[in-house]
Amino acid sequence: MEWTDMALTGLIWALEILAIAVPIALSVAYITYAERRVIGLMQVRKGCNRVGPLGLLQPLADGLKLFLKETIIPAKSNKILFVAAPVMALVPALVAFAVVPFGETTLFGLWDTAHVMAIAHLNVGILYILAISSLAIYGVLMAGWSSNSKYALIASVRATCQMISYEISMGFALVCVLMLAGSMDLSVIVNAQKGGFWHWYIIPLFPMFLVYFISGCAETNRTPFDLVEGEAELVAGHIVEYSGMWFATFSLAEYGAMILISLLTSILFMGGWDAPIPALDFIPGTVWLLMKTSFFIFVFIWFRATFPRFRYDQMMRLGWKVFLPWTLAWIAVLGLFTYAGELNSSLTILSDMIGYYQPWRS
Amino acid sequence: MFEAGFFYLFATMAVVGGMGVVLARHTMHSVMFLIFCFFNSAGLFFLLDAEFLGIILILIYVGAVMVLFMFVIMMLEVNQAKLREGFLQYLPMGGMIALILLIEFIGAASSGIFHTDAIAAVGHFGKDVNNTVEIGKILYTQYLLGFEIAAIILLVALVGAIVLTLRTRQDAKYQNISKQVNVRKEDRLRKVRM
Repeated sequence: MEWTDMALTGLIWALEILAIAVPIALSVAYITYAERRVIGLMQVRKGCNRVGPLGLLQPLADGLKLFLKETIIPAKSNKILFVAAPVMALVPALVAFAVVPFGETTLFGLWDTAHVMAIAHLNVGILYILAISSLAIYGVLMAGWSSNSKYALIASVRATCQMISYEISMGFALVCVLMLAGSMDLSVIVNAQKGGFWHWYIIPLFPMFLVYFISGCAETNRTPFDLVEGEAELVAGHIVEYSGMWFATFSLAEYGAMILISLLTSILFMGGWDAPIPALDFIPGTVWLLMKTSFFIFVFIWFRATFPRFRYDQMMRLGWKVFLPWTLAWIAVLGLFTYAGELNSSLTILSDMIGYYQPWRS
Repeated sequence: MFEAGFFYLFATMAVVGGMGVVLARHTMHSVMFLIFCFFNSAGLFFLLDAEFLGIILILIYVGAVMVLFMFVIMMLEVNQAKLREGFLQYLPMGGMIALILLIEFIGAASSGIFHTDAIAAVGHFGKDVNNTVEIGKILYTQYLLGFEIAAIILLVALVGAIVLTLRTRQDAKYQNISKQVNVRKEDRLRKVRM
């Protein structure tokens, strides 16, 4: 390979990464705005409406304020890990976006075949996202431990238990999707749901959809599972000692993870970039995907305005005693349905039913 | 050329991480070095086209096992000076193990079995060979028995660990949620004629 070619490839990669990272940072800023406005609306008050027209410049003002604030490092903290922790929280949240496909494009007819719009087109995409999002916990753990503060430590202990518990049911919900799509490639999963909303996996996997989304809520430490931050008992949990930009990095990571969960829910259960009815195909797929994602982000905010925080034992019970049996049972049910026809010819109707959603069988 | 370069990068970093685990003064730093080491080993798997194994290594070891390690270590106040007390006492034993391992490794490496010619797939497969599918096929056909036995051993270990540590404290007041949910109006409410 020539050096010029390599430089060009590097440049294209850098541009691709920027084309995803910059919109994420911007949308994080405006999700905080949307969150304040929507919750304001739900609680019959105005929300932020002073900075700029309709308060639209509020996120920029917030960012500037946080940027100008002093970063305080506690004297008795473990300084290296204290500084590294926000970065460790942010990196997995951003790196996971590398495999998320945002649509398929022929670049306005320039290419013959449709290419998947993702930085990296992995055939183990789902596993990659699971692996990367399981790393997000290190940021919280390190922040809590290195702060040398009891509130932060308790928060990180809680975070560990919570994220590990909900990761399991999340993984099993994904297994159900894999059993239908027959691939771990995210673009194959979307293409398996092509052709209108009756092909979407939300229909055969509705309980798994609920489990995945609620577990996603718990994974990102959003209300009603924000016991990690629980301001009533833990002040602000693992971020209690952080100030200025390092504090902002944590919220950047949290909202980034929220976008990721919303994107994945749309991709795995809501047909990704497919229109709900084929007649609406003239709207570009990416627009559909982003619309679905925005809807789920709205649901996250809606949750926050609606539900009170869970008690810790209630949350553990939900993860281990409700979600885990549900997901395991659903895997067994799907497996039985898939191969019921081979056991007994009178049960063929069951495997035909589930076979409608399984393109790999035909 | 690139491949060799990356191999040496990952291999060196994995060894550096391994050394760090042993040599770091702080237990927390040892854990971080171990995580670093796992990442580099995953990198080596990726170089071998074994993306499934690489990602599983990160998912299981870094994402779950090391988190629990860290969870435990976070709670401990490890006194390093005390740990180093018996260093000389254990040195002969440790040194002997190291020596035996070294001889074994040299013997294995020079035996010719682990030569690139003897290992079947030295080159890369095409893009159509899916590592995950191949592993799944072989695991559920040829090695099914071993796989099932491993699964049962894990299950037994799991149940055993729970049985060993589970205790119901009598002095603590627990709320039984399913009991609370199942409460009917008649259980709590009594109509009294005044």
